[in-house]
Formats: sequence, structure tokens, C-alpha cells
Amino acid sequence: MAQEKLTRTLAPVVVGILLLAVWQGGCRLGHVPVYLFPAPSDIAQSFVKQWPLLVRALWTTLAITLEAFVISVVLGTLIAFVFVQNKLIEQSLFPYAVLLQVTPVVAVAPLIIILVKNTNVSLTICATLVAIFPMISNTTIGLRSVDPGLSSFFKMSKASRFDTLVRLRIPSALPFFLAGLRISSGLALIGAVVAEFVAGTGGQSAGLAYQILQAGFQLDIPLMFAALLLIALSGVLLYMLMVALSRALLGQWHESSMTEEA
Amino acid sequence: MPGTLAPLSDRRDRALVPVVDIRAAEKIFSNGMRGLAPIDLTVRRGEFLTLIGPSGCGKSTLLKLIAHLIQPSSGDLSWWGQDFSHVGEPERRIAFVFQDATLMPWSRVDANVRLPLDLAQVKMDEAVPRVAAALENVNLTKFARSFPRQLSGGMRMRVSIARALVTDPDLLLMDEPFGALDEFTRNKLDDDLLRLSSERGLTTIFVTHSLYEAVFLSTRVIVMAANPGRIFGEFIVDESEPRGDEFRTSDRFAQLSRGLSEMLNRASVAGSSAM
Repeated sequence: MAQEKLTRTLAPVVVGILLLAVWQGGCRLGHVPVYLFPAPSDIAQSFVKQWPLLVRALWTTLAITLEAFVISVVLGTLIAFVFVQNKLIEQSLFPYAVLLQVTPVVAVAPLIIILVKNTNVSLTICATLVAIFPMISNTTIGLRSVDPGLSSFFKMSKASRFDTLVRLRIPSALPFFLAGLRISSGLALIGAVVAEFVAGTGGQSAGLAYQILQAGFQLDIPLMFAALLLIALSGVLLYMLMVALSRALLGQWHESSMTEEA
Repeated sequence: MPGTLAPLSDRRDRALVPVVDIRAAEKIFSNGMRGLAPIDLTVRRGEFLTLIGPSGCGKSTLLKLIAHLIQPSSGDLSWWGQDFSHVGEPERRIAFVFQDATLMPWSRVDANVRLPLDLAQVKMDEAVPRVAAALENVNLTKFARSFPRQLSGGMRMRVSIARALVTDPDLLLMDEPFGALDEFTRNKLDDDLLRLSSERGLTTIFVTHSLYEAVFLSTRVIVMAANPGRIFGEFIVDESEPRGDEFRTSDRFAQLSRGLSEMLNRASVAGSSAM
């Protein structure tokens, strides 16, 4: 058992080291110029040299991501609650939620950036537009997917609306809500980065995507890679946080979060 | 709550009032299908009444009418001589056990059993011992802190029964509760159910597909027919309690089962010829 666990963590690490070695070796042996394709060591160097700049950019992007994520969760959940109150409300508003979802953020971003003076606010709006849909749809489905037998039981017990909400609907919705969180957190980051790119072409941003753009103009390819790596790592970290949250809340009862031993 | 007994004269009246009285209740579904033709049925106190019949005969519909989960299209129902708003008062409590255990997967066994008390705002210090007693009754004390998914199907059903009994009901409604269980577990639960219902003087209305289960449990069996759902006949099981394995293997049991089987066959023919 313990050995299996060790293999599971070690195997990807070994693969990673091998890939890095091949990459490094290939670049050095093939004399690939740094401005075409940097070796891992070049990227590491850039990391060390440009650390203060990168950290500042990382915070900017993360702040927008988190703001958009929190707004998506709060607003998306509220909208879902409104939807389940009344079928007519849902039917009349849901198409617009879908419209929001299918419109590419790259296409809307310039408009928002022009309309909203404050760059940070406009970026947050763009990222929220991308991240909010999974929260709305997942929470709505969750609030609706109550076991009909349990629902009858609550009705027969003459349970109050409040009790039915707190003891039945919210716990039933929780697995769906948490799945929504996972998708939405990743989308918030993607939305923030995409919006930054759009804003960055106008020279008004400071996040990681902006650094990638700037590095591209200056042919500082190692810096580009470093910024890219930070974006990817942030995404993984967010995802892992959401998985941990699901485990903590559902681990004991829901199939999606159970560990094999349980 | 056992502490709140009505005055003696009142109680004597109540003993005479039927637990459930159904007068010409009919159910037509929204798609125009006639689920139940007008039905008259009186359920007396302390009866173990079983509804049996081929699928589509409306036995579950009838049970749901009694549970007030659906309303009749016409006709009247009364509970202890009054309308449903009085159900839930002392000596007028109804509990329901469904086909599935319908437990809350996110709550442990004890919290599941406590649910009806929580919904009735019973205080914790009163609720906890009652939950413990209910779990003891179904032999699940050891599993109080387990989650439903950690239990077998039979155990989950016992949790569901404990949850029904924790309110100390006067009328217990059961909709094919043991249908999904293997025969051994089912027999065991039938034994437990008989013991609990006679100990507590429960009135029980039970829906089943199994005629053997009907004969074993009931004091009276209502045989229903389909197209439209209606009462076809009544079958009295005149056998004293306690009933146990001796009854299950006796000639008398075989004879009763044959009798009920014949009536069921006739009901089934009547239901299909009416199409």
C-alpha cells in the first residue's frame, strides 16, 4: 500500500526530471539560441534575476483571479437560488446566462476595458464573465437534485421552508457546488490572463500576461517561459485547493471525494 | 410524547374513531389517467393492513393519499375523524417508510434518525435518548456514528424504520419497504416489524408485492385490481400473535397463502379484462 503510494508520487517526478534533462541536453548540444528556445537553466536564471518583477506581476494576476472567483461564487450562487425559486424566472433568464458563457471573452474584453476606466475593475469584470457560468449552472442543478423520497419525507414531516433549505437542499447541492468551484477557479485564472492580454496590447496592465507580452516584444524568451510557468503553477495550486476543500466537506459521505481506503 | 395523554372519555371516543376513513376518494392524474376509482376504506386502530395487487392497481397511490403526499381528485379522507391539519398532534402521529431507505447520505445514522425530532423542534437533551432507544430497537446501537453508505441495504432499511419509530407514531405507512432485500433479510425484518408494531399498539398500512409477506404480517389484506385501480376484495388473516417461524412453515400458512393467491389471480384477471 505504502509502496504503491510512493510510486504514484515518484513516477511523475522522475518523468519530469527526465524531460528537463532531455530539454537541457537538446538545447545545449544543438546550440539552440536563447531567443529561440531557452534551456531550463536559462529560465531558472531569469527567475532569479527577474524575481521582484515576476512576484509583483503574479500578485496582480492572482488578485484579479481571486476577486473574479469570489464574485462568481457569491453572485453565481445567489442567481442559482433565484432560479430555483421559480421556473419562470429560470426560463426567462437562463438563455442570457448561456449567452454570457458562449461569447468569447477576448471579443468582449476591449469593450469593457474601454467602458470601465479602472483597469483592475475592467479585468475583474472580464474574468468574472468567464468564471460565473459554472457556478450558476452547477448550483442550480444541485439545488434541484434533491432525492424525491427525502423531499416527500420533509413534506410529510411538515418541515418549514427554512429547514428544508438548510437540512435538505443545501447539503444535496453541495457536491455540485464544489464541482462548480473547481471549474470556476480555473476559469477565473484563464479569464484574468486573457483579459490582461487584451488590456496589455493597450499598455495598461501589470500582470503576468502583460509580462509575457512585454518579454515577447523584447525577445526575452526565458522571462516569457518563467511567467508562463507561474501562470500554470497558480492554476494547479488553485485546483488543488479546491480538491482539498471538496475532500474536507464531502470526504466522508460523497463518492466523488472518497479515498480508496474508505 | 407519552406524557401528554388526553382525558379518559376522550380516549375512549378515539378508540372507536377509525384511524383513517376514506370516503369515495378518487384520483385522476394530470394526464387524465384514472389512478384510483372511488374507494371506500376504513382503517381501525391496531390493525395491520396490507395493500396488495398487480402493478398499476393504485396501491402506492392509495398509500400516498393516506400520507397526504397527494390530494384526491374527489372524495374525502379523514384522520382520527379530523382533517390533516391535526395530524402530528399527540396520539395522531403518522410515520412513513419508503421503498428506499431515503436517508441523508451526508448525515450519520444517529442524525438521520433524529431528523423528525429536529424538524419538530424537539430539544437535544430529549431527542438524544429517544434516538438511542430507537436505534436499540432495531439493533443498530453500534452503528450510530456510521454513515449510511457504510451499511448494508438491510441495515439502512432498519435505520429508516428507527427514524419512523422515533416519533412514537400511531400510524405507520410502509411502501414496499423490503422489496429490494434478499429473502433472509426480509424475513428477519418482517419479524422485527411485527414485534415492534404489536409492542407499541401501532396501526400499520403496508404495501407489498409478496403475498407471503402479506399473509405473515397482516390482520387484514386488501386485494386491489387495476384499470382503474380499485379494491377487489378483502382477506382476513385470522391468526393470533406472536407469529414467528413456526407460523411461516405451518400448514395453516400454506393454506392462507393459497387462498390469498387465488384471490390475487382473480383480481389480476379482472384488472386485465377491464381494459
